Amino acid sequence: MEKKPIIELKDISKAFPGVQALDNVSLSFNSGEIHALIGENGAGKSTLIKIMGGVYQRDSGEIVFDGAQTEIEDVTHAQDMGISVIHQELSLIPDLTVMENLCLGIEPRFGISPFIDKKTMYTHALEIMEPLGLEINPKVIIRDLKTADKQMVEIARSVSRNASLVIMDEPTSSLSSREVETLFEIIRKLKKNNVGVIYVSHILSEVLSISDRITVLRDGSLIRTLNTKEADEKLLVKSMVGREIKDYFNKKEKEIGDVILEVQNLTREPYFSNVSFDLRQGEILGISGLVGAGRTEIIRGIFGADELDSGEVFLNGEKIDVPSSRKAIGLGIGFVPEDRKLEGLMLEASVRHNVSLPSLKARAKRGFLNHKWEYDASSEFIKKLRIVTPSQTTPTKTLSGGNQQKIVVAKWFAANSNILLLDEPTRGIDVNAKSEMYTLMNNYVKNGGSIIMVSSDLPEILGMADRIVVIRQGQVSGILDRKDATEEKIMTFASTIKNKKREVMP
Amino acid sequence: MREQKTYLDKMKKLLKDQTLIFILVGLCLVVYSVSPVFLTPRNLINVLIQISINALIATGMTFVIISGGIDLSVGSVAALCGIVVTAVILPYTEISTTMVVVVIVLLSIVVGSIIGSLNGYAISRLRVPAFVATLATMNIARGLAYVYTQSRSIYGLPDTFSWIGQGYLGFVPVIVLIVVLVLTAAHIILSQTVFGRHVYAVGSNEDVAKLCGINVANVKMRVYIISGILSAFAGACLASRLITGQPTAATGYELNAIAAVALGVGGMEGGKGGIGKTIQGILIIGVINNGLNLMKVSSYWQIIAMGVIILAALIIGQYNKEN
Repeated sequence: MEKKPIIELKDISKAFPGVQALDNVSLSFNSGEIHALIGENGAGKSTLIKIMGGVYQRDSGEIVFDGAQTEIEDVTHAQDMGISVIHQELSLIPDLTVMENLCLGIEPRFGISPFIDKKTMYTHALEIMEPLGLEINPKVIIRDLKTADKQMVEIARSVSRNASLVIMDEPTSSLSSREVETLFEIIRKLKKNNVGVIYVSHILSEVLSISDRITVLRDGSLIRTLNTKEADEKLLVKSMVGREIKDYFNKKEKEIGDVILEVQNLTREPYFSNVSFDLRQGEILGISGLVGAGRTEIIRGIFGADELDSGEVFLNGEKIDVPSSRKAIGLGIGFVPEDRKLEGLMLEASVRHNVSLPSLKARAKRGFLNHKWEYDASSEFIKKLRIVTPSQTTPTKTLSGGNQQKIVVAKWFAANSNILLLDEPTRGIDVNAKSEMYTLMNNYVKNGGSIIMVSSDLPEILGMADRIVVIRQGQVSGILDRKDATEEKIMTFASTIKNKKREVMP
Repeated sequence: MREQKTYLDKMKKLLKDQTLIFILVGLCLVVYSVSPVFLTPRNLINVLIQISINALIATGMTFVIISGGIDLSVGSVAALCGIVVTAVILPYTEISTTMVVVVIVLLSIVVGSIIGSLNGYAISRLRVPAFVATLATMNIARGLAYVYTQSRSIYGLPDTFSWIGQGYLGFVPVIVLIVVLVLTAAHIILSQTVFGRHVYAVGSNEDVAKLCGINVANVKMRVYIISGILSAFAGACLASRLITGQPTAATGYELNAIAAVALGVGGMEGGKGGIGKTIQGILIIGVINNGLNLMKVSSYWQIIAMGVIILAALIIGQYNKEN
């Protein structure tokens, strides 16, 4: 089929108070093409998507849709035109079934009666899913589906409503690698049906494997659009940050001390069982494995966030009986959870109140807050971690992802933690912030701290960890030394061989 | 030119941050222009007495709402405690004022703690939603008040009983003094203590609070006990003011208290607000009521006017939030 531009953007600009979010961006997206949009946080990707989706209005420039100059008035208008934006937060109704969601607003009825014709609805749902090769039971409640399947249903719904342009915003952030493959198959089918796809992602390897063309944005300007064939990861990173990041991880050789934390036979069914390993002083211990292997649950268990069925945790050779978060914090352990917005930050509260939260009790005088300490500690760590914020009292929700993540780390620095448990510490933050986070981790262990880091990003694990514990289906399947570790070896330990299910690593 | 602009911006920001104070001042001016009696010392003290019971209940409600919960049982707890206190004091015709105060404080603590811990336990340990749990205790407490009194009022109480509700120290009503003390203490607890900050943390994000080592269940427990005790005490004060124990007392007071807090914060989500904001909410409701009384508006119309004004204030709050 012939590729023709569906939407053409000409000299689009958009400013927000204090920022030029988009500066004269001209770009066109074709039908039957997968066009990736990449850039650091704040590069202007979201603004661009929101203008196409009818959420924002541009300040200047032209939009040509299907050959005719158009105004995209609002979200409904965009949908009517055939532009469908699929967000990280899905817009399905969780308590309705797949078919009810697919037919939402266009429910088939018996004649003019108010009663729904479920039989027709069922066949209609099958008809919608069939061209995409989806095999989901239309009668299942959305809530019971896996995230990936929910996403597929959402895609199917937008395509069934004649979407000619599907915009996906970080669609794989909550998918396992196998689910990513399924999603890619769907995306390729969309392409075959001559739908235009705009794919926004932070994960360069995915972008390189799925897209036909790639556009890089930086600071609201279009840097370049290139054919994927001509691109590689290094080139993309360079275009994104405007300079070459040489040694991203900046890992330095250093002395590793004695065992500081040891876990024996940790078990919490059905997530993990008989997990044993140790952490040495000054070490970064990586925990790798497939999504869903139980990695997050294991470090939550060590921190005492969830109750263990059995197993023991030793700190400096002494057993911690019945681990609890309060006890762990008191013993100098800090935990940075995977989802900073859900579990890491009080978004409405100020930077200061977030940084001080775990230490309030220890710093208090007879139950009264120590305001001076709170102020000093916040300004100290805002400076040390180079957190960019207008003031200590700024609500954290207004800060960028990278700065938010630093605040979550800062609260454990302020609490004098000497062991940090990090769950996906660089997820969803841009390249510069990542690099800063790595420097932070390196300095932390250099000054005597120790880190356990769960990460799905293999280069990150290989670049940062001194040793790597690989988890497979809730059990330790191997422990690798830094010098022996390769992506292939980790993959072999992580994937299930006996199991018939096919597992794909990132 | 530039300075002018920043001056304007500052005024805008002030107007936005302190909307309620402007509303309050505006209301006072309106009421004063219609009925100059409003600004006489006598009437102002009258306003303070009228809002005192709601102020006590709303103080407890402030803790609950900041922690992300709600307490519907407060009105019933007030009624129950009023009954318990009057029933205990009724036989003693020669009781001293001091003893009355001791009995009222002790019984308020007992009654408030019992219902408050029931609420707290159901909400924090059994994970019953706060709305439902306190709806249940609301019925239980009210029911107990009816059962014990056979729905008759308790009267014939000794004169000394009325000191808290009707007495004066100098020219200041005792009840107003009590309210000032309670508000001050609550303000210090919320803004200066670790517990206070933990209440905000639990209301902002329970998961974060838990992962920062805060005993969330304990914080919730205490919050509902505080609310229980303050509303029980408010009920006892109300009984003292009326010199009767009535099982129908304080009906609907939970809504006035919630309205005051919600007005102050501009919503119901946890982690926000404080005693300062609640005071503004209470005063606005008080001035409206008083103004409508002075204008001799019928009490049925007053109810409607109150609803409209609360709605308007919340819409302004929502508008501020979105812009």
